[in-house]
Amino acid sequence: MFEPNEMQRDLIDAVSVFVKDLIGPTAEHDDAEERFRKEYIHQMGEQGLCGIATPEEYGGLGLGYLDYAMVLEEIAKVSASYAVSVAVTGLPQVILNQWGNEDQKQQWLPALAAGEHLGAFCLSEAGSGSDAASLKATAVREGDEYVLNGSKYWVTHGGYADVYMIMARTGGPGPRGISCFLVPGDAEGLSTGRKEQKMGMRASPTTEIVLDNVRIPAANLVGNEGDGFKVAMTALDSGRITIASIAVGTAQAALDVSGGYACERKQFGKPIIDFQGVGFMLADMATAIETSRMLVHKAAWLKDNGRDFSGTAAMAKVVATDAAMKVTTDAVQVMGGYGYCKDHPVERFMRDAKIMQIFEGTNQVQRIVISRHLKKAYTAPQG
Amino acid sequence: MKIGVCAKVTPDTGAQIKVVGNGIDTAGIKWVVNPYDAYAIEEAVKTVENHGGSVHLFTVGDDSVVAPLRAGGLAVGGEDLTQISDAALNDADSLGVAKALAASLKAAGVEAVFAGKESVDGVSSQVPAMVAELLGWPLVSIVTGFETDGSTFKATREIGGGVVEVVSGSLPAVFTCDKGLNTPRYAKLPQIMKAKRKKVIKQDLAAIGLSAADVAPKATESNFSEPAARPAGRMLSGSVQEQAKELVHLLRNEAKVL
Repeated sequence: MFEPNEMQRDLIDAVSVFVKDLIGPTAEHDDAEERFRKEYIHQMGEQGLCGIATPEEYGGLGLGYLDYAMVLEEIAKVSASYAVSVAVTGLPQVILNQWGNEDQKQQWLPALAAGEHLGAFCLSEAGSGSDAASLKATAVREGDEYVLNGSKYWVTHGGYADVYMIMARTGGPGPRGISCFLVPGDAEGLSTGRKEQKMGMRASPTTEIVLDNVRIPAANLVGNEGDGFKVAMTALDSGRITIASIAVGTAQAALDVSGGYACERKQFGKPIIDFQGVGFMLADMATAIETSRMLVHKAAWLKDNGRDFSGTAAMAKVVATDAAMKVTTDAVQVMGGYGYCKDHPVERFMRDAKIMQIFEGTNQVQRIVISRHLKKAYTAPQG
Repeated sequence: MKIGVCAKVTPDTGAQIKVVGNGIDTAGIKWVVNPYDAYAIEEAVKTVENHGGSVHLFTVGDDSVVAPLRAGGLAVGGEDLTQISDAALNDADSLGVAKALAASLKAAGVEAVFAGKESVDGVSSQVPAMVAELLGWPLVSIVTGFETDGSTFKATREIGGGVVEVVSGSLPAVFTCDKGLNTPRYAKLPQIMKAKRKKVIKQDLAAIGLSAADVAPKATESNFSEPAARPAGRMLSGSVQEQAKELVHLLRNEAKVL
C-alpha cells in the first residue's frame, strides 16, 4: 500500500506518457480560451482511462479505487480539468454499478466506460448547494414516462454530455422525495443554459442545464422512487476519493515545477532552495502532499476492501484539497514574479485548486460528515 | 507470419548517467525498452495486424528486464517473451549475445527478425548484424520504411546526402529499425493488465544448445569516462564591432562551426 505494485507502476507510467502527449501541448491554450475538447475523452477512453472502476463485463477495467486514484493523480499532474472530466464521467458509472438494474447497466455502462459517451451528474441547483435535499427540480410520472422540469447548476460537461444523471423530486420535501434519472443528452426539452466564466478549471465546461418538460422512459429511473438522495450521497462518498486524488496530482505538479525552479534559480550566489525560508516552504509542501496521498490511498483501500470509507474519504478530501490550495499558492510564492505569470503553469494550478475545496461537497460539509461519524462512534453502545 | 523482435532494456533517455568504476551508477535509473527497439516492436505488430501471425520478443538479461518488456513490449502486441538468462552471459560481448539470440530465434522458427538500429546505452549496432550472419539471413539496416506481402519485402533506407535507397528481397531476413519508420503506439490499460498474464519463456544456454565457452567474450570493455565538464562561458569585451569580429573569429577558428 505504501508504494505502487508492478501493475500500478505500469499503469502510472503509461497514463503519464499518454496524457502528457495528448493534453500537455494544449493545456495552457485551453485554459486561456476556456476550451474543452471532447475528443480527448474519446482518446482517453480508447486507452482505458474512462472506466477504470467499472466491471470488465460492462467494458471497464474492473480495477479498484486505489488504482483509480493513482491514475487520476497522473492525469491531474498535466490537467486538473481533464482529470475532473474522467472522474465526472465515472460518477454515472459508479451509480449504475451500485444502483442500476441489469438492463440499465448493459445499456449505459459500456459506452461510458469506453469514453464513447460522456457522462454528467446533476444535483446542485441555484438555491440548493450544500443543502442538496432542498432541490426543486421535479419528475412527474405519466404512464410509462417521467416528465422532468427545473434547472440544474454547476453541471460539469453541460452541453457536451451524452447522458445526464439527474436528481429530481418525485415526492414530498426533504431527502426521501428525491429520485435519480438517466436523461440522454439529446432529450427533447433539455437545453444548456449559461456557461460559467470560471477562475480555474477553465478547460472543463460548467453550465446550467434547463429541463423543460423533458420526457424519458420510466425505465430510466435508477433505483426506486425516493432513493435519489441516497444514490447521490453514495456517489459523492466515492467521488471524494477521486477529487482528493486530483488535488494530490495538482499539488505534486506544483511542487515538481517550483522545486526544480528553486534548485536552479540563484540569488545572492546560491540556489534559492538553500535559503531556509524557501527550503522549509518546499519541505512543508512535500510533507503536505505525502500526508494527503497516504490518506487518499487509505480511503481508497477501505472502499476496495468493503469497509466503511465515508468518514475517511471526507477526511482525505479536506486534507488533500486544503493542501493543494496551500501548496499551489506557495509554489507561486517560491517562483515569485515568474510564478505569477502564465509562462509557468503554477498560477494555473493555483486557480484550479480553489474549486477543489468547494465542489463534491465543500470542505465545511466534509467536516459535518466527519463529525457525524464521530458522533455515531462515540454514542454507539460500548462493550 | 511468426516475427521475432530482439529487444533490450536500457536506461530511460532522460536519466542522468554517472560513470562508476567500469560501469554506470544504476541507482534511481528508470529502465525502459530501448527506444529503437520500440520501433521494431511496432513494425512487427503492424505487420502481423496486416498479414496475420504473431510477434515474439527475445532478450538477454536477468529478471529485472522482464517488467519493462511486459510494459513496453507485451502490452503493445507482443505475444510472449523469451528471456535468455545465464551467468555465462553476464560478461558477454556482442557476439556472445548474438549467438544466444540467434540460437533461440532459430529454435522458435521465426520467419523474420526486427531489431532497433542500435541500443541507446551501448550504441554498438553490432548484435542484429551478427544475428543475421549467424542465421545466414540477409540484413537490411537502418530501415525507415517497410512493406511485405508475407514472403517478399521492400525496405526503405535513408543513406548519405538524403538519398533514399530501396532494398527488396525474400524473407526470412533481419531488419534494424530507425526513427521515422513508425510511431510506436501507447500501451492501453487493458493490455497492460493482460500483459501481466502473458508467457515469459526463460532459457539458459543449455536450453538453446550453447555452452559458456560459446559465449565467452573475445573483447571486453576496459574503461568508461564521462565527457569533459563544459567550460565556463566566455564574455567578450570591447565595442560592438570588436565583439562581433572576435565572435566570428572564435566561431571559425576555435569552435570550427563556420
